[in-house]
Amino acid sequence: MYFELLTKDIRLREGLKACMNCGVCTGVCPSAEFYDYDPRQIVCIVQSRDDEQIEQLLKSDRLWYCGECMSCRPRCPRGNTPGYIIQALRTLSQQLGFFTESEKGRQQLAIKRVIGHHILEKGYCITPRLVAPAMHPEQGPVWDWAVGNDTDFWTKFSPNYRGAGAGALREIDSDAIAEINRIFEVTGGKDFFDTIEAASDRKARQMGFDGADESYVNHTYTFNSGNHGA
Amino acid sequence: MVLNSWREYEKEIADDRYYYARSCIRQNFFPGSETTFLRIMRQLGKDVYDDPRHTSCTGIGYHTDIVPLDTTMAVVARQFALMTEAGYENMAISCITSFGLYTEILETWHEFPETEQRARENLFKATGREFRKPKNIAHTSDIVFHNREAIRQMAVRDLKGLKVVEHIGCHYAKIFPKSGIGGSEFPYVLAGMVEAWGGQVVDYPERRHCCGFGFRNYLVKANRGFSIANSRKKLESMKPYKPDFMVANCPGCAMFLDKWQYALAEMENTTYGADGRGIPVLTYEEMAGLVLGYDPWEMGMQMHQVDVEPLLDKLGVDYDPAAKFLGRAGKYIGAPKPAGVNSFEGDRIYRIKN
Repeated sequence: MYFELLTKDIRLREGLKACMNCGVCTGVCPSAEFYDYDPRQIVCIVQSRDDEQIEQLLKSDRLWYCGECMSCRPRCPRGNTPGYIIQALRTLSQQLGFFTESEKGRQQLAIKRVIGHHILEKGYCITPRLVAPAMHPEQGPVWDWAVGNDTDFWTKFSPNYRGAGAGALREIDSDAIAEINRIFEVTGGKDFFDTIEAASDRKARQMGFDGADESYVNHTYTFNSGNHGA
Repeated sequence: MVLNSWREYEKEIADDRYYYARSCIRQNFFPGSETTFLRIMRQLGKDVYDDPRHTSCTGIGYHTDIVPLDTTMAVVARQFALMTEAGYENMAISCITSFGLYTEILETWHEFPETEQRARENLFKATGREFRKPKNIAHTSDIVFHNREAIRQMAVRDLKGLKVVEHIGCHYAKIFPKSGIGGSEFPYVLAGMVEAWGGQVVDYPERRHCCGFGFRNYLVKANRGFSIANSRKKLESMKPYKPDFMVANCPGCAMFLDKWQYALAEMENTTYGADGRGIPVLTYEEMAGLVLGYDPWEMGMQMHQVDVEPLLDKLGVDYDPAAKFLGRAGKYIGAPKPAGVNSFEGDRIYRIKN
């Protein structure tokens, strides 16, 4: 059943030919160095078409370790792309609501609320004020200084910063924003967001939160059980 | 030994009349680099159209798996429609994630024509727009590479005597090796610039390793250990080769390799430069701009967490130290707090931690 659902995704069709389990993908994988993670096993499970194992994978943390750098793609001697297979699995995991069953999967809500909303509201994945120094201490004092003086600083390079016209970080006008929102509606992007919200809300209540509120989002954004290491 | 393996992967790069697709990340972290690219193109006499209507390609949302493929395809189709309406056929793409995504979408449309049809229908239904596919797509580093000889002829200085680490963003050529100069194994887009301008490219074991962005692995605070650990792996690997600076073609990579040096200095009291400071990380626009004699602060090099002044001094750049922290119209806007990555025992020229 799950394999048939996955084959509806062209990334699965493109990404999975016939894996011989050589493990080159794992050898080159930045996630495999950091996490207890083996992309070879992911491909092996999907290739097995075993529903029980695939469902387990769709509900597990290890589905969410890949950084989608795609370093695996050019190295596979059989033309497979584990990164594409993972993209198809992650999409299915969210469609079925399984992503909320793992600590790393639950983080999808925080990403949707931050990056997803920003695309729909501003037309950018990020803008300077979104990368708040309090949430990004690793950005250091120069970023803190730049964001604290954003209008005086970015206008030095882009006179239309947060204003009308062309240039870096201009305000994207309401017509363009409306078009992006309609594209999300027509193509199922909005429905996908709603699915992430609904499943997260259910899970949040199960976990004792008052729904998928700010406190739950902060939890998914910051909590690390420490059970992911290599 | 001169490696020429990159020549197996050459590609056609349009020579003029570009539709410019800006990068979310570059606009945030290197706003002066996009300004510098446009300035270089003007100096070369090229026509680049900077369209206020284009938006994010959704790339970060796509690669964090919150934006479905059909949605991203229709958003990219909208960029193509804007290009078509503006009368352009060549895309110049500032972001590596976007470049990888545009390439992937065009390849997917070629291999699965029904997906192109669906993207056209979705775009028309949502916006009433139609499009022609671009004749040529190039990353903006491709375009600077394409003009490296012309830039050398206009140069006011060179990179002689400097050892340079080049870092290529993973999505430049790992997804589609034929889309990048030199492919995924021997990318030459930055090395070609460095060599043309007299520098020495450093080969080191982890040269092709990811910078550590990993999309959700940086964006979510709980996951950032992945990001810093992978940057650290690269920094440790390059340190023995004593590079004078790094240069990257991906805006995210340039930012992470810079900022994680700050974090590592604070966390572990470790710096990676031969002189005890951090290793400056440049964008290729900044590297080209320095060769062409542009002012570093006008290019936004004060945005770097690792101070660039030691490199500017090696290059003999005549810069005004006091102008570093001036905002619009020369207004002084204070200075960032000092950081360990910039300190050096006996350092009296640059900012010192204590």
